[in-house]
Amino acid sequence: MSVARKVLIVDDDPAIVMSVEFLLRKAGYEVFIALSGTEAIVKIKEHEPELILLDIMMPDVNGYEVCDFVKQSEAYKHIKVIFISAKSKDEDIKLAYSKGADLFIIKPFSTRRLIEKITALNKEDYKTIN
Amino acid sequence: MNTLLVVIFSFGYLLLLFGVAYWAEKRSNQNSNTLKPYVYALSMAVYCTAWTFYGSIGRAADFGPDFLAIYIGPTIAAPLWFLILRKMIRICKAQRITSIADFISARYGKNTSLGTLATIVCVLGVIPYISLQIKAIAITFAFLVNHPQHTNSSTNISLSSNIPFWITVLLAIFIIIFGTRKVDSTERHEGMVTAVAFESIVKLLAFLVGGIFVVFFLFNGFDDIFSRAAAIPALQKSFTFDAAYNYTDWMVMCILSMFAVLLLPRQFQVAVVENVDEKHLYKAIWLFPLYLLVINVFVLPIALAGQLIPTSSSFEADFSILSLPFVHHHQGITLLVYLGGFSAATGMIIVETIALSTMLSNNLLIPLILKVAPFKKIFIDKVERSIKNIRRLSIILILLLAYAYFAEIAESYSLVSTGLISFAAVAQFAPAVIGGMFWSRANKNGALLGVISGFTIWFFTLIIPAIIGAGLLPKEILSDGLFGVYLLKPNQLFGLDAFTPLTHAFFWSMFINILLYVLGSLYTKSSNQEEIQAELFINVSKYKTAFETSVNRTGQIKIKEIKSLMEQFLGQEKTKQLLTNFSKRYQLNLLQEDTNADQRLITYAEKILSGVIGSASSRILIESIVKEEEISLNEVVEILKESQQFISLNKELQQKSEQLKKASDALELANMQMKEAEIIKDDFLYSITHELRTPLTSIRAFSEILYDNPELDTLQRQQFLATMIKEIERLSRLITQVLDLEKLESGKQNIQHQEIAIKKLIEEVLHALSQLIKEKNINLSISFPEHLSSVYGDQDLLSRVVHNLVSNAIKYCDKSKGSIKVEVLEIDRFIQVNITDNGEGIPDKDKNYVFNKFYQTENQTKKAEGSGLGLAICKKIVELHQGEIGVIDAKTSGACFYFTLPIEIIS
Repeated sequence: MSVARKVLIVDDDPAIVMSVEFLLRKAGYEVFIALSGTEAIVKIKEHEPELILLDIMMPDVNGYEVCDFVKQSEAYKHIKVIFISAKSKDEDIKLAYSKGADLFIIKPFSTRRLIEKITALNKEDYKTIN
Repeated sequence: MNTLLVVIFSFGYLLLLFGVAYWAEKRSNQNSNTLKPYVYALSMAVYCTAWTFYGSIGRAADFGPDFLAIYIGPTIAAPLWFLILRKMIRICKAQRITSIADFISARYGKNTSLGTLATIVCVLGVIPYISLQIKAIAITFAFLVNHPQHTNSSTNISLSSNIPFWITVLLAIFIIIFGTRKVDSTERHEGMVTAVAFESIVKLLAFLVGGIFVVFFLFNGFDDIFSRAAAIPALQKSFTFDAAYNYTDWMVMCILSMFAVLLLPRQFQVAVVENVDEKHLYKAIWLFPLYLLVINVFVLPIALAGQLIPTSSSFEADFSILSLPFVHHHQGITLLVYLGGFSAATGMIIVETIALSTMLSNNLLIPLILKVAPFKKIFIDKVERSIKNIRRLSIILILLLAYAYFAEIAESYSLVSTGLISFAAVAQFAPAVIGGMFWSRANKNGALLGVISGFTIWFFTLIIPAIIGAGLLPKEILSDGLFGVYLLKPNQLFGLDAFTPLTHAFFWSMFINILLYVLGSLYTKSSNQEEIQAELFINVSKYKTAFETSVNRTGQIKIKEIKSLMEQFLGQEKTKQLLTNFSKRYQLNLLQEDTNADQRLITYAEKILSGVIGSASSRILIESIVKEEEISLNEVVEILKESQQFISLNKELQQKSEQLKKASDALELANMQMKEAEIIKDDFLYSITHELRTPLTSIRAFSEILYDNPELDTLQRQQFLATMIKEIERLSRLITQVLDLEKLESGKQNIQHQEIAIKKLIEEVLHALSQLIKEKNINLSISFPEHLSSVYGDQDLLSRVVHNLVSNAIKYCDKSKGSIKVEVLEIDRFIQVNITDNGEGIPDKDKNYVFNKFYQTENQTKKAEGSGLGLAICKKIVELHQGEIGVIDAKTSGACFYFTLPIEIIS
């Protein structure tokens, strides 16, 4: 296990958040949680995570907007963004990458693969989609 | 020779002709095109009549190479056909011209008197020529039958036999059958033409066989004949023109034959009217002169042979080709030669009669009949039959005249001279026809003056002497001149006595003809109609059909009248646009609508309208507005026929295109609906899969976690399993809803129609939700009217609607001070249920969409709570009960969902 890193989980579905939180904690990450886009931005400013797991479809501020906020800010653009979404159309995935996403994972996902990818991404230079 | 044998051969040959014609008509549809140019060229060889077959030999015996003139003329002129004949063919096709008389009348403004005049010229000029053919048949027939008696006088040969008459009758039947099959005389007579081409082959073969027999069997080749003839001084003249020979005569014959090969009615018929494709002409240009050359190779040798071998009688030299094999007892060759001459004569009779009968009926008889009211009525009632009968009558009339001429007058003239008289007659058309094709100023007056004067001189200088010769007029006219006037001697007109009768007649007739034609054209004015026809003839390749250009209107019409006429057919906007363009192009001022319209505008309007209603109808319309002279009955019949066809065709087309348009519209609509449905379906599927993915995600994640972490403590394990169960419930609820909606939408849902007390139904639903309401601390108020009618419907489905709407209200009402109001009203024949919450309400722009499947407020990236199908299902259920569902703003804040139900459902 590498050094504990800060990860922010952003999803409006509490069940999904609960499962991912468990997985990441077990993998040794320091986990923060946001159940909406606005909450995500508050948590980013507050904790400055190194990685954000981001859902797209959320009430109020959506995932793309959160991504824009991160990637367009000098202070946070180094933060890696992994989209985890039920959206599966090519255009959605392209849009996510065009906004600077580092990875796009389609729901439902394999938990082992998710952790593997997060680990790989943390070791830098890993960039493919599921 | 056995009379019966000759009779059998003659009539058998005619039957064979019937067969050929019939065969050709039968297969005319599937005709091989490779043969057609040859048939065309061979049919032109109808030029070679009995005159060629027998007459040339006699002429050669008397005057040597003189006979060649009438073949050299056409041969020299043949290359010019490329220019002249091709143009004639094009003009005739464009103008639907059926005869030479028609041609002249059409060129000069469709003038009826010119047509009649030309017909009279043709009939008078050509009938003697036909009768000469009958004479040739009669003489040769009589020769074969009677000759063994070796009578001394050729004139004694009995012509009283009935055979020529019956042959004429049979020919009349043939011509009636194959010449009047179709009413439209521009239609081609394929059978007739093929028969004539066949006859051209027969006469050529017969002549060659006869020639070969004479040259190679009676003599030892050409050398033998010529050297033996050269030894006899009297025969030397046959090789050259002697000093006394009249060269001008030869020239005149050349020129006459150049014209004749184009203008003789039968030549015009085969070369122009019967032409199927102008490309065939290119073959005829060389094939026809070649035919003339080949058929003349043996003329001189036979003529010499006839004089070297005295054939025992003074039988005319004309018939040497027949008498030579005959006296040498070669029956087969004699019969073949006889048939050759017979075919030359019959071919000419057939075509000439058809051509003349067309003219006679179209240009003389039908106009006459139309002038007599009672006849006119019969004619119009049965147009087709009448035209056919008139044409048949014409055929009989012509053959009757020819036979009468043969029986009464023909004996005094030789074949050649009668032929030349005919040539001279049709030559009178030459200035009007050829001038008319190239000289635009030539007009009707010039043509009338030219043809009348030329024809009068022709009659006076050539026919009068013939009639005098027959003893029907006093001889004094010849010697003293008409009415004793010295200058009016038929053979020395105006004191000119230097020429032979033929040259004399040719000189004066053509001189006066051309002079008056030119002067008349230069010094009189052409009518508009003539100018248009002149343009159509001279620049024929520019115009496809005559209908494309209209006749000039002499009457007056105001611009506004033209405009309103066009508007009726084209609409105001289109008319305005067309007229603006037109006025710009011609720089005309069309704004003063009360002034008279320019001629060009009238023509333009007619042209535009013909695109809409057909040229004939368009012409009638314009004509009816332009006050000008009445149009002729003929034109009316023609126009009505055309417009009728056009209108019915047009209607049919319009119907078809309307049907097509309808079909394609329906198709387009169906296609659009399908596309829309497809898009909706795609969206729906995408939404469903998306909705399914979310619970699936946590179910999968938790099951994997539980599987991978057996060491988890019981509490955590319970928590995860509980979440999984909740998500699985969510999943199955979603699936149920999708299926429900599908059931409702497809109409598969069974709907019970039972009496429902709405108050009871609502109370039951609220009771089921009371626990939840209590938990959320929501203030619930209910109001019902005192009296409430019951409704009919499905208890379960309506309960779901109420449950769903109240659940939503619970979900969206104010979080701390929640308040829900359920209110039932009876308005008119409806019961209305309002469910109002005090939440944030629904934004106006979303109000119309909240009942859509998976509609998510704001935009796609924001997820609505719940499945997204609840309201869609409610809407569907209410609609199935013939009610209405909607959402409005509550009076204070929040949303008010309502639905109505009719009190009596008419099912």
